[in-house]
Amino acid sequence: MTKENTLTRIPMPCQEPGIRSKNFEEVALGYSEDMALAEAGRCLQCKKPLCMQGCPVEVPIRDFIACVVARDYAKAYEKITSSNSFPAICGRVCPQENQCEGRCILGKKGSPIAIGRLERFVADRAGAGAKVDKVLGKGKRVACIGSGPASLSCAGVCARNGFDVDMYEAMHEAGGVLVYGIPSFRLPKDVVAREIEGLSRLGVRFFMNYVGGRTVSVEDLRKEYDAVFIGVGAGLPVFLGVPGENLVGVFSANEYLTRVNLGRAYRFPEYDTPVYPGRHVTVFGAGNVAMDAARTALRMGAESVNIVYRRTRAEMPARKEEIEHAEEEGVAFTMLSAPLCFTGDAEQKLCSVKLQKMELGEPDASGRRRPVPIEGACVDMPTDLAIIALGTRSNPVLLQATPGLSLNDRGYISVDENTGETSIANVFAGGDIVTGAATVILAMGAGRRAGQEIVRRFA
Amino acid sequence: MGTKILVKEALIPGTTSKLVLDAPHIARSARPGHFVMLRVNELGERIPLTIADTDPEAGTITIVYLVLGKTTAELEKLSAGDEILDVCGPVGHHTHIEKRGTVICVGGGTGIAAMHHIAKGHVQVGNRVLGIIGARSQDLLLFEKELKTLVHSLYITTDDGSYGRKGLVTDVLSELLHQEKDVFEVVGVGPVPMMAAVAECTRPLGIKTTVSLNPIMVDGIGMCGACRVTVDGKTRFACVDGPEFDGHKVDFAELKRRLAAYREQEARSMAALQNVNA
Repeated sequence: MTKENTLTRIPMPCQEPGIRSKNFEEVALGYSEDMALAEAGRCLQCKKPLCMQGCPVEVPIRDFIACVVARDYAKAYEKITSSNSFPAICGRVCPQENQCEGRCILGKKGSPIAIGRLERFVADRAGAGAKVDKVLGKGKRVACIGSGPASLSCAGVCARNGFDVDMYEAMHEAGGVLVYGIPSFRLPKDVVAREIEGLSRLGVRFFMNYVGGRTVSVEDLRKEYDAVFIGVGAGLPVFLGVPGENLVGVFSANEYLTRVNLGRAYRFPEYDTPVYPGRHVTVFGAGNVAMDAARTALRMGAESVNIVYRRTRAEMPARKEEIEHAEEEGVAFTMLSAPLCFTGDAEQKLCSVKLQKMELGEPDASGRRRPVPIEGACVDMPTDLAIIALGTRSNPVLLQATPGLSLNDRGYISVDENTGETSIANVFAGGDIVTGAATVILAMGAGRRAGQEIVRRFA
Repeated sequence: MGTKILVKEALIPGTTSKLVLDAPHIARSARPGHFVMLRVNELGERIPLTIADTDPEAGTITIVYLVLGKTTAELEKLSAGDEILDVCGPVGHHTHIEKRGTVICVGGGTGIAAMHHIAKGHVQVGNRVLGIIGARSQDLLLFEKELKTLVHSLYITTDDGSYGRKGLVTDVLSELLHQEKDVFEVVGVGPVPMMAAVAECTRPLGIKTTVSLNPIMVDGIGMCGACRVTVDGKTRFACVDGPEFDGHKVDFAELKRRLAAYREQEARSMAALQNVNA
């Protein structure tokens, strides 16, 4: 391998932008074996691998890459799953550039090892055939409320250690945000289904249409189970609080994405759930959810899609790859702009948004330069579909129905950092309902920690 | 693992039916005011339906629907013994009910069924309940028998005068409010214009007025905000903050517009269904 080669990562094969922006198939096609071997071959096998320190669940990255180099993919899978139960998911959705890859020493002079892509390669190759060890007959029972990344991880740890695990999910499909939130072009639903089948094979039982705090209370579950894990996600979408926000044509990203992903609105009218059609779409926010909504709107047939953000490109919180993919597909970016009000037509359907132009001022508490309005600089942008992707706040349904559950000042559940235990004995919590909206991998890490504590206590 | 329909009763043949569902886990905690989210089959849409009655001992809940769109048309095809794929609940806040004296419960159209459950709750705590129900004509009137045996007095109106008194529920409500001096609350459940009219009727008298709203919902548990309504100038989510709100503070005009957001798609869905059936 020449020096040039060692410095540059193997590109990910993708569907062509012009084609993929019209379908819901996965954009990134995955490495072939040759590509994976070439990429893994770039790894320096550091004595003190910094990549591992960048991983919230400390996947033994160097060691699994060594297994890939040796073409022992089964062992590579074993290495990864010793600390991450769902590598096919994380390989696709983790913000690697801020985690493992951000620490890779190769990144100093060239491009870091494509750890996420290799993780995905190993996981996809192992597929459904991955073997599972189960210790039988402990007779201890765990209930998980919610079936998103945090609960799935907790369930996985407990089930592998011989616990009987029941999951209670409010929607009709298991997977939480992996199913209703992240679009199939980024995370195919069969990848999620495969991981959930894996849990079923371990004996985990799924109860659909059970709302924690309504259909079953934490108190009820405590009587029946040795431990309860709360992983219900962050919940309520944040709106802007500007005039005209309740006009027909203004939606939360949660609604827009849930209709398309969970409701399969892209196959309407074969599937019954419709999604509001928009020709000129504006998306407010610049995180992964905003990118997902913008790219979904393109696929639903929008003529133009504009991401409107009050800061600049450099501050956009989305994964770099998502921003690049969105741009390649034709999403436009309107930076340094904030919505002032939405205007409707005679029928009170959205027809335009007034934007306030901003400039960057002094850094704020987050360390990013604060956007400040430029006085008098306003523009009208025509739009018939606006999607608000500004994050979420705590969902009150379970919290209000659970006396004795301590919350922090932001309204999320307070837990012991080491164990994940809440103020109620043997009731644990993790994921967005503890941290506020964060990443899939952080939720998985929290679920895993709680699962390990449950195993330690009751095994 | 669907939810079994134990009894199906046509209340208005072809347009409105009552289903008794085998749902002990929902019946156990369901109270007046709660609703369920249901999806008829694998291709179906999740829609909210208010719980019209429960029998916790028998483990059943009762729902009533008007055939209005594709989902309710699919529901209407099912019979006793069939299963509804997904029934999720109870969701929403239950009605705040305490023993206070006389309450007037007003129901219109399919809303009469939901009003029935609330009226039952008031009767059970010992309130004196006056019921007013209305429909366009006699054959569109629901739950008359159930309410007659339940409430202290039941008043009936029809738009065409085919039964009961000719006129609107608010005609009777205005009169009752002048006769009855100690009404502590008026509850209104029905079409948006009816609830708005009930609220206008009580506003000058300053009587607490509770309405149960029926906006479009997707998940029913606070995740999407499809059901947002403006109450007292603030945006609220009907699914987790409601579905009941102070009728004097609800922006009914906005609610009506938002309910019509998917009218074109609904028509397409129905047309596709009729082609299949033809």
